[in-house]
Amino acid sequence: MFDVSANLKKRLKSERRFQILCITAISFALIFVLILFLNIFSSGYSAFYKTTIAIEVDYSQVIEDTSQFATMSDDEINKLDLFRFSKKSIYSLFPDIEDRKEKKLLIRIFSIEYEDEIKQFLIKNKENINKIETVYLTASDDVDQVRKGNYPRDLPEERRRIKDIQLEYYDILENNGRVKYVFNIPFLTRGDSREPELAGVGGSIVGSFLTIITVLILSFPIGILAAVYLQEFARSNRFTDFIEININNLAAVPSIVFGLLGLGIILNVFGLPRSTPLVGGIVLSLMTLPTIIIATRASLRAVPPSIREGALAVGATKMQAVMHHVVPLAMPGALTGTIIGLAQALGETAPLLLIGMVAFVVDVPSSPLDASASLPVQVYLWAESAERGYVEKTSATIMLLLGFLILLNLAAVLIRRKFETKW
Amino acid sequence: MNKVKISAKNIDVFYGDKQALFDVSMDMYEKEVTALIGPSGCGKSTFLRCINRMNDVIDICSVKGNVSIDGHDIYDKSIRVESLRENVGMVFQKPNPFPKSIYENIAYGPRIHGMANSKTDIDEIVENSLQKAALFDEVKDRLHQPGTGLSGGQQQRLCIARAISVNPEIILMDEPCSALDPIATAKIEELMNELKKEFTIIIVTHSMQQAARVSTKTGFFHLGKLIEVDSTETIFSNPGNQKTQDYITGRFG
Ligand SMILES: Nc1ncnc2c1ncn2[C@@H]1O[C@H](COP(=O)(O)OP(=O)(O)OP(=O)(O)O)[C@@H](O)[C@H]1O
Ligand SMILES: [Mg+2]
Repeated sequence: MFDVSANLKKRLKSERRFQILCITAISFALIFVLILFLNIFSSGYSAFYKTTIAIEVDYSQVIEDTSQFATMSDDEINKLDLFRFSKKSIYSLFPDIEDRKEKKLLIRIFSIEYEDEIKQFLIKNKENINKIETVYLTASDDVDQVRKGNYPRDLPEERRRIKDIQLEYYDILENNGRVKYVFNIPFLTRGDSREPELAGVGGSIVGSFLTIITVLILSFPIGILAAVYLQEFARSNRFTDFIEININNLAAVPSIVFGLLGLGIILNVFGLPRSTPLVGGIVLSLMTLPTIIIATRASLRAVPPSIREGALAVGATKMQAVMHHVVPLAMPGALTGTIIGLAQALGETAPLLLIGMVAFVVDVPSSPLDASASLPVQVYLWAESAERGYVEKTSATIMLLLGFLILLNLAAVLIRRKFETKW
Repeated sequence: MNKVKISAKNIDVFYGDKQALFDVSMDMYEKEVTALIGPSGCGKSTFLRCINRMNDVIDICSVKGNVSIDGHDIYDKSIRVESLRENVGMVFQKPNPFPKSIYENIAYGPRIHGMANSKTDIDEIVENSLQKAALFDEVKDRLHQPGTGLSGGQQQRLCIARAISVNPEIILMDEPCSALDPIATAKIEELMNELKKEFTIIIVTHSMQQAARVSTKTGFFHLGKLIEVDSTETIFSNPGNQKTQDYITGRFG
């Protein structure tokens, strides 16, 4: 009676085959994600560290009585010409070097901002500067890459950017314990730079942040209001059908088209300043709006009609029923949609290229009207550069971008969990 | 004999092209329970929703004819549905409390109508309404917990309390007990006997026993037409129409 018939055997077999297929598909997806993460992480994490080299600086050669620095303002110190003095301080590492060329090569193992770093040390510690201070200077990208093991030392000299003699200097400094590998704070706080060891993502983090805030301010209220009107108030007729179809179409328009629109209308007709988070935010809002509207409408639709009827039946106006009862219940869904829209906007590159957010920007923007880069565009910019330093920074920027995206998506999940209503 | 409270004359209702009610005329009396019975789809709910103009909410629905309450035409242009519904409360088939606290469920109506301004006034209305709905003793310690956490019968009484809170004269009930067990049903029926001292009640029901137990008058609908309306006693013991007879004896339904 309970024999497994041939037919059942066949069905069970095909069931097993199906499951194996599914598991294989999932494994493939997971493996790809894993490879992607591993690849990015392994090439990017080193960007969060940098190599520094200690030198002794005799500040008493600038002013005999170093306690006087305390009386100077930061501006005054910044105006001091410490160029020669800084060079001399570096030469003092190897007092035996006479040859000018070799001296130059010695200087080149440091980043070009050594003078500024010596000044900044002075400004930071001006209250109690000793005659002789140990200052850690940022190493040049070449040295940094040697330290990180990214730079093959065994190539013939003429095929390396770093010369044998520089390697020799570096090895001596390393043996003397002057080389320190530290967390690269400026990478997170500074803007872009032509020197890979000095380039940072601070500018593009702030740029992305300002852009996203602009998107939020513009698209959240407009999106919610549009969705509420379309879903709750508009009578369904040809015109609203037409609007509905167009909103759905808008969601499918390739993002670069919005970039063209931004270029043609927002920059050229309205004359808003190019390369700015404001314009980037406006353009990305166009992209985010349909996402928000569609998500909000879906969650409005999910609110049971009995809630509206309950409110109407005690004499609420339509607006009261919607605003007091329906919208609050739809809010978690609307917020989730908004966050997902923002996450899309955060990762969007193409439209920003067209409105000039690819400009090389050294300063960290302080308002949405300052020229600025954004994280994905920074990735695009650095990915094109040949220097090893930019390669690791590209990966590190992707890591940050992915990190922010994961945070946003996590927020969406948490909001959904927290406010899930049951009725 | 009580005076006529609601008078419907020659009501036709259309959903798009489809006619759901045909020339229904019926009087309903003050401080009585009037029951509407009839097979599924015959238009009882549609008729009920004409009385508080809930049909207005449905885009494709149009109502012809005349409904008056205390002699005032409620479909007149000068009547605002909001103030009509303040006077004509409604309880639905499935309990539909707002997903808010018990207190907020009841305070909502009085608040939007500006019937009470101070917290003590609202507290009083909340307590009063819950008392009248015979729910107060069961929930007085958990007024600020969600109304959706109550049992089905309690939720339905909460909805009755919500309808009472704005002090209506008429309460419409559309199969208020269909989602409830017999004990909860008995409670609501008992409650209706209390409420009819103060309110005019129209109830749609599928249970003939319920109609017999609670109502004074009963109207029988069939295929969108009002076949017969008379005192409940007459309808159940000596109906004037063969269709009514067939229905109450269970020959169709
Ligand atoms: N929103 C609507 N749109 C279109 N047709 C409707 C709508 N509501 C009701 N109808 C139709 O109107 C007729 C009467 O419906 P109604 O809901 O009034 O019946 P009912 O007597 O309350 O039935 P039940 O006992 O099943 O609740 C039915 O044929 C129904 O299909
Ligand atoms: Mg019905």
